[in-house]
Amino acid sequence: MSVPADLRYTPEHEWVSIEGTTASIGITEYAAQQLGDVVYISLPAAGASVTAGEPCGEVESVKSVSDLYSPVDGEVVEVNGELEDDPSLVNAEPYTAGWMFRVRVAPDGNGDPVLPPDLLSAAEYEELTKSAG
Amino acid sequence: MTSSAEPPRQTPLHAVHERLGATMTPFAGWQMPLRYASETAEHQAVRHAAGLFDLSHMGEIAVAGPEAGAALDYALVGNLSALRPGRARYTMICAEDGGVLDDLVVYRLDEDEFLVIANASNTAVVFESVRDRVAGHDARVTDATGDYALVAIQGPEAAGILAPLAGDLDLGAIRYYAGAFGAVAGRRAWVARTGYTGEDGFEVFCRPEDAVHIWDALAAAGAAAGLVPAGLAARDTLRLEAGMPLYGNELGPDVTPFEAGLGRVVKFDKPGEFVGREALAARAASGPIRRLVGLTVQSRRIARHGYPVLADGKPGGTVTSGAPSPTLGVPIAMAYLEPGADGDNHVLAVGIRGAEVPVQLTDLPFYRRRH
Repeated sequence: MSVPADLRYTPEHEWVSIEGTTASIGITEYAAQQLGDVVYISLPAAGASVTAGEPCGEVESVKSVSDLYSPVDGEVVEVNGELEDDPSLVNAEPYTAGWMFRVRVAPDGNGDPVLPPDLLSAAEYEELTKSAG
Repeated sequence: MTSSAEPPRQTPLHAVHERLGATMTPFAGWQMPLRYASETAEHQAVRHAAGLFDLSHMGEIAVAGPEAGAALDYALVGNLSALRPGRARYTMICAEDGGVLDDLVVYRLDEDEFLVIANASNTAVVFESVRDRVAGHDARVTDATGDYALVAIQGPEAAGILAPLAGDLDLGAIRYYAGAFGAVAGRRAWVARTGYTGEDGFEVFCRPEDAVHIWDALAAAGAAAGLVPAGLAARDTLRLEAGMPLYGNELGPDVTPFEAGLGRVVKFDKPGEFVGREALAARAASGPIRRLVGLTVQSRRIARHGYPVLADGKPGGTVTSGAPSPTLGVPIAMAYLEPGADGDNHVLAVGIRGAEVPVQLTDLPFYRRRH
């Protein structure tokens, strides 16, 4: 199971990649495997504001429907339109082509993005998936 | 499903599923493989090559004795005494009020010996009902679930893969809904041409201790032909495309076989009485109170079990099963429509988590094999 070291994670099995004040967001390989084949994804609209820990979309697989949560506060600046035609990208390449949306996060006084304190490191996330069995 | 404290039972193939990296799921008190990799790929393999299923969770209820046939005629809605040895029948067990307790496949293994296959979630109910109903007949009823493992090989390549492993058994002589005793990979088995996928295929009932040997032999023999292990997720989409009902979804105590469009399984002309006759005869005369229909969904979203069907914007029924159809490329569903919502003169939609998604009435089955 791949858990890239340079990403941050949430207990809801999402990954966050921070570049400047932009956070790119998707679901982890573990999540994609648990869901099975993804068939439909509902993403927030560009321009929408999202709040950390609140649902902002849906990921639908053959067997289930799950809420998609935003791991950060901010404004959606881009969504992955490719997923509309090919939601299976989430299964095939969860950390790259299967990214879901990007959020502009408000900067602090130093220009760094203000992130929720509870984002997990790769090691912490890996621990969490192991204890989940 | 019951939420008992007991840990789920493992099938004799549990170690095989772990070795294959299956995603396991609790199902009717058993721990079962949901999928091994992609359920869509497993589905397509069964449609175009073959799939291998562990169905050892299914209930096997043995009914044996000189009056076994007559006993089953009374306990079930079918005419089982007319079944010839070596043949199988799809049938149901109903309550006195006509409600469906389970749908079943019954094999007549021998003149005086029947094997009743029940859904895993209903094994106890079917066993107890059959046992109670046959009292007074010269027939013994035993829950033989623990005596059998069940490996199914399904798909257009199934016969070609199984034949070289089946020794003296002439698979060509086993017609659809028939079976024969023989050996598979050298181990004794009841080999039946039955299944729940809409494809040609076989179900191999063997001793639990032979299951891994038979599974491994089939997997090795079939790999070149495209055989893959397939889990319950693929089994569900395969049966849905084939328009086959699932107990708990399309069938239950609140419907009779007539609502499900399966009134033909009720044999009123068989000899003797049977449980549910009066209520079923009344329903046959009055007609079904709801109708099971097929729907195709005009969206990528799935109309799932329990979602409301809307006719002209008003409540008109309930979805019983829904899934993406890999064969048709669109989501499909089965649903019960109330009489006021049935017919071509209604605009139908399904309420999918607040959104009204248009759907179209579609003849069942969604898929019928050509070979």
